[in-house]
Amino acid sequence: MQRFVLIAVPYTWLLALFLIPFVIVFKISLSDIALSIPPYTPTLEDGFGPFFSALDFENFVFLTTDDLYWKAYVSSLRIAVTSTAITLLVGYPIAYAMARAPEEWRATLMMLVILPFWTSFLIRVYAWMGILSQEGVLNQVLLWLGVIDAPLTILNTTTAVYIGIVYTYLPFMVLPIYAALDRLDGALIEAAEDLGCSRVQAFWLVTIPLSKNGIIAGSFLVFIPALGEFVIPSLLGGSGTLMIGKVLWEEFFNNRDWPVASAVAVILLLILIIPIILFQRNQQRQEEA
Amino acid sequence: MNRLSWFNVTALTFGFAFLYLPMVILVIYSFNASKLVTVWAGFSTRWYGELLRNDAFLDAAWVTIKVAVVSSTFATVLGTMAAYVLVRGGRFLGRTLFSGMIYAPLVMPEVITGLSLLLLFIGIGLDRGVMTIVLAHTTFSMCYVSVVVSSRLVTFDRSLEEAALDLGCSSFDAFRLVTLPIIAPAVISGWLLAFTLSLDDLVIASFTAGPSATTLPIKIFSAVRLGVSPEINALSTIMIGIVTIGVITAALVTKRNSLRQQQEEQAAARVA
Repeated sequence: MQRFVLIAVPYTWLLALFLIPFVIVFKISLSDIALSIPPYTPTLEDGFGPFFSALDFENFVFLTTDDLYWKAYVSSLRIAVTSTAITLLVGYPIAYAMARAPEEWRATLMMLVILPFWTSFLIRVYAWMGILSQEGVLNQVLLWLGVIDAPLTILNTTTAVYIGIVYTYLPFMVLPIYAALDRLDGALIEAAEDLGCSRVQAFWLVTIPLSKNGIIAGSFLVFIPALGEFVIPSLLGGSGTLMIGKVLWEEFFNNRDWPVASAVAVILLLILIIPIILFQRNQQRQEEA
Repeated sequence: MNRLSWFNVTALTFGFAFLYLPMVILVIYSFNASKLVTVWAGFSTRWYGELLRNDAFLDAAWVTIKVAVVSSTFATVLGTMAAYVLVRGGRFLGRTLFSGMIYAPLVMPEVITGLSLLLLFIGIGLDRGVMTIVLAHTTFSMCYVSVVVSSRLVTFDRSLEEAALDLGCSSFDAFRLVTLPIIAPAVISGWLLAFTLSLDDLVIASFTAGPSATTLPIKIFSAVRLGVSPEINALSTIMIGIVTIGVITAALVTKRNSLRQQQEEQAAARVA
C-alpha cells in the first residue's frame, strides 16, 4: 500500500503536468484558429465527435508554405551546431587544463566552473548587452588600443548570439569532458610516448578517443537547449537572427495564433527527439561502463 | 605530469576570464553615477537607492521568492519520492514511461514546456497567477531534484535500511530514521537547485503567469529588452552577490557534512 502511494503520487503528477500537456499541444496543432478565448476551435466542450472530425493538418501545411518557419528551423540548427562546435573548441582546453592542474586546485576550479551556472541565466546574457553594444566596453577597449577606427556592430547580430550561447553553456561542455579526462589513466599516455608517439600524436590517438564520451555528452548538453533557445536570440540577436524558439514565442504572444505556435512546437520536438534519444543512450552506456 | 605547462595556464586564465569578466564588468558599472551606462562618471550607490524605491521591482521580487520557496519545497518532496521509486521501486507497470518523464523535462526546450502547461491550464479553466507558476515550476524542478537525490541513493549502503527493518522498524520509519538523514545533503542540494531554477526562470513563468502575477525575471526581461539600464545592473549585482555567498557557504557546509556522514555510515556498516 505504501509502495503504491509512493509510486502513484509522482507518477500522477508527471502524467497530469508533463505528458497530458503535450497531448494538448498536439491536439491544438491540428485545430483551427478562432477569434475567441481560447483562440482555437474545436474545443473539447463541443464533444468528441465534432472535435475529432474537425482536426486536420492545415497548420503543418501552412508551416511548409511560409518560408519564415523553414528558414527559422534551418537557421536554428545552423546556429546550434556552430555554437556547439565553438563551445567544444573553447571548453576542451579548459577541461584539459583542469584535469592536469595540481590535485589540491581541482575542487576549487570545479566550483569556479559551476558557480556561473547558479547565477541567473538572464543576467549572464544581459551582461553581454553592455559589453557588445556600439558604445560598449569591448568597442571602447578596442578603440583605445587602436585595433579598430570605428566601433563594431556586434550586438543585435548573429555573432552576438554565438557569443551568448558559448558563454552561457560553456560549463555544460567543460564538466563532462573534465569528468572523462579526470578518469583517464596518465600511464596510457606515457605508454604511447614510450612507444614512439610524439606528445601531439599521443593527444590525438589516446586522450581524445578516451574522452569521447565526455565530448559527446557535453555537445548534446549544449546543442539540445541551444536549438530551442529564446532568451539569447531575443536579447543579443537582431531582426536578422531567426531562431525557432523566438518564432514560437512571437507566434503565441504577438500573433496569438495558438494552433500555429503548437504546430511549431510539435516539429521542434520531433527534431529534438533524435538527439535526446542519442544523448540518453550515451549516458546509459557511460553508467554501465 | 601534474606540472602546469604554459598551455594549461593560458587555457585556464583565458577560460576563467571569459567566464567571469562579463559579470565583473556588470558589477563595476552598477556603481556608475552616470545615467548613461557606458560613460563612467564616478562611484555612486545611487542606483541601489532607486531600486529600493521602485515598488514594481520589490513586488515582483516578493512574488518570485514566494513562488520559489513553495515550488522548490513541493519539488523536493515529489522529487525525493520519484528518486526513491527509480532506485528502490523495483519493477512496476510503466516504469520506462516514468523514468522517461523524469529525464525528458531536463532537456525539453523551455518554450515547449511553457506553451504546453499554459494550454493545459486554459483547457481546464484554471486562472493564471501565482498558483499556476508554482505548479509549472514544481513540475520541472522535481525532475532535477530526483536526479540529484537518486545519484546519492545509488551509492547508499542498503544493508543499513535492512538492519532497521530487521530490528522492527516499519518501512516508513526506516526511511524517516535511517535513509532520510543519510541522503539529507542531497535532498538539501536538490532543494537549493530547485529554488535557484525557480528564481531564474523567465520563459516558463512568462507563459504560465497571468496578468495578476509578475516575477522578477519577467520584470527584468521587459526592462532590458529596450537596452542596458543602471537599475538592472544594481539588481543583477545584488543577485550575483547572494548567489556567490550562498554557493560558497553551501559548498563548505556540504563538504564538512559529507565527510562526517561518510565516516558515520562506514562505522555503522562495520557494526551491522
